[in-house]
Amino acid sequence: MLRFLLRRLLSGVLVLWLISVFTFGLFFVAPGDVPRLICGRLCTQTQINLITKQLGLDQPILTQYWHFLDRLFHGDLGYSYYNSESVNTLIGQALPVTISLAIGAAVLWLVGGVSIGVISAVKPRSLLDRAGTILALIGLSMPSFLIGILLLYFLFFLLTTHGMDWFPPSGYVPITSDPVEWAHHLVMPWCALAFITAATYIRLTRNQMLEVLGEDYIRTARSKGISRRRVTIRHALRAALTPVVTQFGIDLATLLGGAIVTEQIFGLPGLGRLAVTSVVRQDQPVVIATVLLAAVFIVLANIVVDLLYAVLDPRVRLT
Amino acid sequence: MSLLEVSDLRVSFRTADGEVQAVRGVSFDLEPGRTLGIVGESGSGKSVCTQTLLGLTTGAKVTGSARFEGEDLLTMTEDELCSVRGARIAAIFQDPLSSLHPLYRVGWQIVEMIQAHEPVSRAVARRRAIDLLGSVGIPHPAQRIDDYPHQFSGGMRQRALIAMALALEPKLVIADEPTTALDATVQAQILDLLLRLQQEHGMALIMITHDLGVIAGLADEVMVMYAGRAAERADRRGLYYRAHHPYTNGLLESIPASSGAGARLRPIPGQPPSLIRLPSGCAFHPRCAFAMDRCRTEQPELAVVEESPRHTSACWLPPDLLGTNEQVKEDRRAASAAGRGGVVEEGAA
Ligand SMILES: Nc1ncnc2c1ncn2[C@@H]1O[C@H](COP(=O)(O)OP(=O)(O)OP(=O)(O)O)[C@@H](O)[C@H]1O
Ligand SMILES: [Mg+2]
Repeated sequence: MLRFLLRRLLSGVLVLWLISVFTFGLFFVAPGDVPRLICGRLCTQTQINLITKQLGLDQPILTQYWHFLDRLFHGDLGYSYYNSESVNTLIGQALPVTISLAIGAAVLWLVGGVSIGVISAVKPRSLLDRAGTILALIGLSMPSFLIGILLLYFLFFLLTTHGMDWFPPSGYVPITSDPVEWAHHLVMPWCALAFITAATYIRLTRNQMLEVLGEDYIRTARSKGISRRRVTIRHALRAALTPVVTQFGIDLATLLGGAIVTEQIFGLPGLGRLAVTSVVRQDQPVVIATVLLAAVFIVLANIVVDLLYAVLDPRVRLT
Repeated sequence: MSLLEVSDLRVSFRTADGEVQAVRGVSFDLEPGRTLGIVGESGSGKSVCTQTLLGLTTGAKVTGSARFEGEDLLTMTEDELCSVRGARIAAIFQDPLSSLHPLYRVGWQIVEMIQAHEPVSRAVARRRAIDLLGSVGIPHPAQRIDDYPHQFSGGMRQRALIAMALALEPKLVIADEPTTALDATVQAQILDLLLRLQQEHGMALIMITHDLGVIAGLADEVMVMYAGRAAERADRRGLYYRAHHPYTNGLLESIPASSGAGARLRPIPGQPPSLIRLPSGCAFHPRCAFAMDRCRTEQPELAVVEESPRHTSACWLPPDLLGTNEQVKEDRRAASAAGRGGVVEEGAA
């Protein structure tokens, strides 16, 4: 167990290091003149030289990388090239937005996807099953921006033009300042994100359930005289859930790294938007920070999922 | 009154290839405390027949009746069935390795069964589960009760399943090939255990098996099944020494002499028929060495071949040709030759 954790943490750190090297290197390979971008087209060469020197871009790449690592170990991610905000502050502002979005959507899609999947599996080829399958197909094949825009159109635009402005089109209100407004602003993005992700969970749950329902131990459970409901939930769903939990951990972690499209459409100032703006502006310290943070989430999620696996299934031994 | 009276049970499944007629009119009855053995090749409908009694064959079309203590199991609601399952009729299935839920502790699974039927506390149910595990021969039951199934050997898992089946002292236990997945020494132990428990608790037993040796050891009566129908029914001695149906005789002869009655069946030449497109007449006639013209066109019903004890066989051969000695075989060949080819005058013999 301890060895497992140690091994996984070490390999996680190695992965993160490789990602940092790769992202860092990319800035020197990709064409683009950052000081000119910052300064504007009318800059003189002296101004540019000054900026280059201020940002430390005149130093050799290895030195720059070394400084980056040195700061990183002191918990400092540097400063944005464009405004003098520290990267820590920028991330600190964006992270709660993304977390709010991700967790709310995750609850919706997990509950929705799993229940529809279970109902489909219990009555295969029924009307409900077919409806669930169609829903899943739509969710799987529809690009996320489309469902976002559709929601915006129907829930915001149509309702508003009919005098019912129930949902705000964009923006974010921190939960600390007004929990109701927080949820109010997030309802649409939650639904959009949950809808496209739930499709995977409907299919995964349905397939897992169908497989489990054919197992011998389900026949044993039924022969014991416990209710059908209990057989479905305590026996079948319990066994079908393990891969769903795995998928959920990874999906949630991916989302925590930033839900780029959803955040863009609904104007949420989360990590995804931060990443996109900083990539466009070649704001290297912010880009590296967002990429590394996303990677940290994935690495951690993988470890947590494996731990959970061992908790959920007594046959699994961690080595 | 019989404990269980099954009459004209028919079970079919609709599949993409057509209707699978898994059970085609089976009748039998069982007195309290007695043992019925059901034998037959793979696919002959043994499991479907018994699982239908408990309402475990989902999606099947079922007709006929199965009166258990006077009530028809086949017309019961799901709720009524739930109160029968486990409490009055318990089942033990073929593969102990996969019949326990892998994610729950063995004890939990037994406790669940007890609590489903009796309003007892967890602690009481748990104590009973420990006693049960002990009585089926699991060492240190108080410790092993919290093991997961994968920590049990195959034999121990089957013991645990037997403990579970007996938890509520059912009137009838259906054991569907309870030893097939186990190795020979464990098989014998499990059978001994079942027999001992049956005597202690006085329950009736339906024992399904491929293995005529198992039946020889414990069945009062035997039903031989072929392609979803009963080919022959007899008491144990009648079946072994005075079998009538060529299929039963085939099964008996296919036991390798060297290893005695305990061996598994070496199948009779040919394949069991498709249950979707069954042969005309007697379903066994394509594989039968004694098939007559009549066998191809008319399906024989179970008819008495021996008055006492009641011994019935579904075969057109003359009823007095019983057993496997050379003389009887000769007579059978003659009878079948007479019934073949030419015009057979009714009652010519
Ligand atoms: N749910 C189902 N759908 C379609 N066909 C089925 C279904 N269940 C059973 N059958 C068919 O019914 C027939 C009888 O099956 P059954 O399991 O009763 O045989 P069995 O005598 O128990 O054989 P074995 O000794 O292998 O256990 C088989 O041909 C099987 O394929
Ligand atoms: Mg079977």
